[in-house]
Order: sequence, then C-alpha cells, then structure tokens
Amino acid sequence: MNKLQVSNLDLFYGENHALKDISIDIPQRQVTALIGPSGCGKSTLLRTLNRMNDLVAGVKITGTVAFEGEDIYADVDVKQLRMRVGMVFQKPNPFPMSIYENIAFGLKAQGVKDKKVLDQVVEDSLRGAALWEEVKDRLNTPAFGLSGGQQQRLCIARAIAMEPEVILMDEPTSALDPIATHKIEELMDELRKKFTIVIVTHSMNQAKRISDRTAFFWMGELVEQGETQQVFNNPQDSRTQGYVSGEFG
Amino acid sequence: MSKFTQSDSKSLLSRENQDKLLNGAIWAAAGITILFLLWVVWHILSNGLSHVSWEFITGAYTRIGEASGIWAMIVSTVYMVMLSLAFAAPIGIMTAIYLTEYAAPGSKLVQVIRFCTESLAGIPSIVYGLFGMTFFVSTLGLGFSILSGALTLAMLILPVIIRTTEEALMAVPMSYREGGYALGSSKIYTIWRLILPSALPGIVTSVILSTGRVIGESAPVFLTAGMVTQIPDSVMDSGRTLTVHLYKLTQELFTQHEWDQAYATATILIVLVLALNLATKVIANRLNKSS
Repeated sequence: MNKLQVSNLDLFYGENHALKDISIDIPQRQVTALIGPSGCGKSTLLRTLNRMNDLVAGVKITGTVAFEGEDIYADVDVKQLRMRVGMVFQKPNPFPMSIYENIAFGLKAQGVKDKKVLDQVVEDSLRGAALWEEVKDRLNTPAFGLSGGQQQRLCIARAIAMEPEVILMDEPTSALDPIATHKIEELMDELRKKFTIVIVTHSMNQAKRISDRTAFFWMGELVEQGETQQVFNNPQDSRTQGYVSGEFG
Repeated sequence: MSKFTQSDSKSLLSRENQDKLLNGAIWAAAGITILFLLWVVWHILSNGLSHVSWEFITGAYTRIGEASGIWAMIVSTVYMVMLSLAFAAPIGIMTAIYLTEYAAPGSKLVQVIRFCTESLAGIPSIVYGLFGMTFFVSTLGLGFSILSGALTLAMLILPVIIRTTEEALMAVPMSYREGGYALGSSKIYTIWRLILPSALPGIVTSVILSTGRVIGESAPVFLTAGMVTQIPDSVMDSGRTLTVHLYKLTQELFTQHEWDQAYATATILIVLVLALNLATKVIANRLNKSS
C-alpha cells in the first residue's frame, strides 16, 4: 500500500525549475532513500511531503502530493499534516530547553497538560529512539549538553512523540561521526517496523544498507526508482549507472 | 614570491614594525577610552559622593537652605521610566515580532516600517520634545504632566526597542522555527514558547537600554512634563526627573552648596546607570544559562 503518492509534481523557486514532473510512490512501512548529487532536488522533494516549503517565499508547486489518497496541497490543515508526517533535519536542532521539554514540546503545543501522559510519552519516545538509557537520569538538564549523535536521536524521539505515520529524514547523519551514524542506522532498522521512512542521503552505502527502495535524482528530474538492490546492481539509466558506480556526483 | 619581497623592501617600515605600530595604536585607543570613562566617573564621584546622604536622597527639595533633597525627582524618574516603558515595550516588541515572524521578508510594508524606525531613531530628542509639547500637552490637553512626558519618551525609545528586539529575534536560528513547525505546532505557539524565550536575553537588554535612555533625556522631558519639584500625585501631575533637575541646578550655580547638590545628583545618576548596565549583564547571563 502506498502511503504517499507524488504525481506530476513541478516546483519552482522563482524562475528556477527545481523539480520537473516528479511521480513517485512511497510504500507503507518501508524505507525509501532519495539519492543524487547536491542540488538535484532530493531535499526539495522531501520538504514538499510535509509542506515545509511553505516557509520559503516564492515557491510555486503544481501537480499533486497525496497522503493516504488526500491531496495535501488542497484543503488540508498543515498542522495536522505535519503531526502525521514528522521530520528530522540535517543538523540536529534540539530546542534550547531540557531534554524532557524538547520531547514534550509538540504535545504541549496541542494542549496536552496531563503530567502522567507527558511523562509516559517522553519515556516511550526516548526508548523508541534508543536514548532512554543514556538520559533517563538527566531529563531536566539542557538538551545542548548531549553529544551530536544523542542530539539527533533526541530529535528523532521528539518526532516520534507525535506518533506520526511517516518520518522524513533530511541527511540525518551527515553531521555525525561514523559511530553515531551507525547507531542511527540501527535505530532506523527498528523504526521501519512502525513508520514509513523517507530519507535523503548523500551516502550511497547508507542507502544500500538501510533502504528498501531507492530513487535517483539528477538536475531536478527523477531518473530512476525501484528496489534498492535493483537500482544499485542493475541500473537501467546510464546516469544512474554512472552515479552509483562512483563515476561522478 | 619576488613581488612580495620587493614591495616589502620598498616600504618605509618593515612588516614587523608595521605590526607593532598598529598594535600600539589599538592599545592606545582602548586605553584612552577606559581612561576617559574612569576620569569622568572619578570626577563626578569625588565631587559628589561626600554630599550624598540619606537625608539628601529622601528629603524634599528646597531652593534655599542646606537640607535640600531629591526624593521627588527620584519618584518622578521612576514614574517616567515605568510609564514610558509600559507604552513603548509592548508596542515595540509586537512590531518587531510582526516584522521578523509574520511580514513577508523584503515586502514593501516591512521596508516602509524599517525606514520609519531608522529615521525616527535619528531625530534629535528636542524635536520630540517640541512635538510632545504641542500635541500631548496642548492639543490633547494632557498638560505638563508625567503622562505627556512618558508618551513623548515612549515615541523616542520605540525605534530603539523595535530595532534591538528585531535583531534579537533574527538571531534565533531558523532551525528552531523549522523544528517547531515540523512538529505541527501553530505559529503563535512556536513564537510564544520557542522563539521569544530564545530571544529573551536580547529583548531584556533592549528594554534596559531604553530605561537608560529615558533616565538620560532632559530636553524633551521638561518640555512635556515640566519641572515641578513636588512628588506627583498622579500621572496627570507635573514632575521633575533627576536629569532635568541636574540641568536646572546647573543653570543657577551661585553658591558652593548648589555645586555640591549638582554633583550629588550627578552621582546618583551615574550610580543608577552603572547599576542598570550591571543588571543587564546579570539578567542576560541568567537567561542564557537557564536555556
């Protein structure tokens, strides 16, 4: 079953035609990796899926993005959408507050005040992000005290606290060292059981390791998509062939 | 390579000596700045501190006689600060929030408001005084009063508050906003619970700096609030702030006693301003640490 369905999507930043006639299906509870060289449009596509591009002035979008069959650019409550389609950013962006308050932020924004509920969600989310054991004794200390890898797992915990159905990840390990990266990749293997994941990555090895499906972007075009094994081992397009074999990009 | 060595040998000073000269100049400039500050503070304190007493601070002002005090001026100053901030701070902070968080960046309206605030900030304060005297005192019929003075000063500090609050808000990383919105939080919640707390040290600094400005102004104050040396009963009463008092005292320095009073008043002002600056530092540090 397809969680998200992008059809004939074109996106313009002013005059710049950043995405050209993109159509892609994102299946449920799988990891879909978006790969391609810098500036190919993969992050831009990711940000259309939860309408984060709304924050950028001068963006024009045509085509449809359907979330469970409903066009998210039609009459949809963006806040509801973003609760169901969470996001983790390239650079860990904990808020300047305690670990606990970071996780509780999204729920409190929805008016949840019950301490018991919040306590439970904070614990569950931190467990879900494999961070609980490391921080359970210092939940009320500033999140900035955590290491980069821990901060990124905190951001994942903050996202799953909203019980989203989809998690978008924009190069979530590009600011992390190999050990922290490994931990996040392990975590993603757990997350795929519950969530639909779309990840933008620069690392082809990462895409190979963690994704079920891969889509290759080139200069705003979706060149090729399919099972990860097939895209890497038996690419149909010569540009995909060149990129995954490391000839360019 | 040869090009560099050539130009080196041609110049009057060797590279090393150029460095030394520049270093010396920088140190001298810094030294002169500190020296002047210390000199002024020392001059005022050494002449004034010995004439500051409990009776001077809490006593009533008398034109003649030795036992004259400045309590009424202190009260008027406090009223003036609180009232002008009560007008200017909410409006200024909300304008800044609108400019940074709501208005489309670079829109015509933003440009117009920016141009206005920058121009307002450059107008000599006496011009505000003239305006206040005509508009608040006469046209609105508020008379020479704390209220007229506070409204005039509010206009004067409004651009400062807007500008500095804007800077504090713009210094909040974009990633906080993205993070907040990506969780499905509303704009107002994200601003209120995430952006504003992050910008709070800067906003507090801006408000305290404005307090200093209010305390420091004299001309627009006596043109609108008058110079009555009584404790004002209400904001509709005239009152004399410390700075206006000092100005008035220096207009009629005939006896040693009057000199002493002027220096003692100046001492109180300097101590107030130093205390304010110290408070800014402490509060900003606290707020930074707590986050």
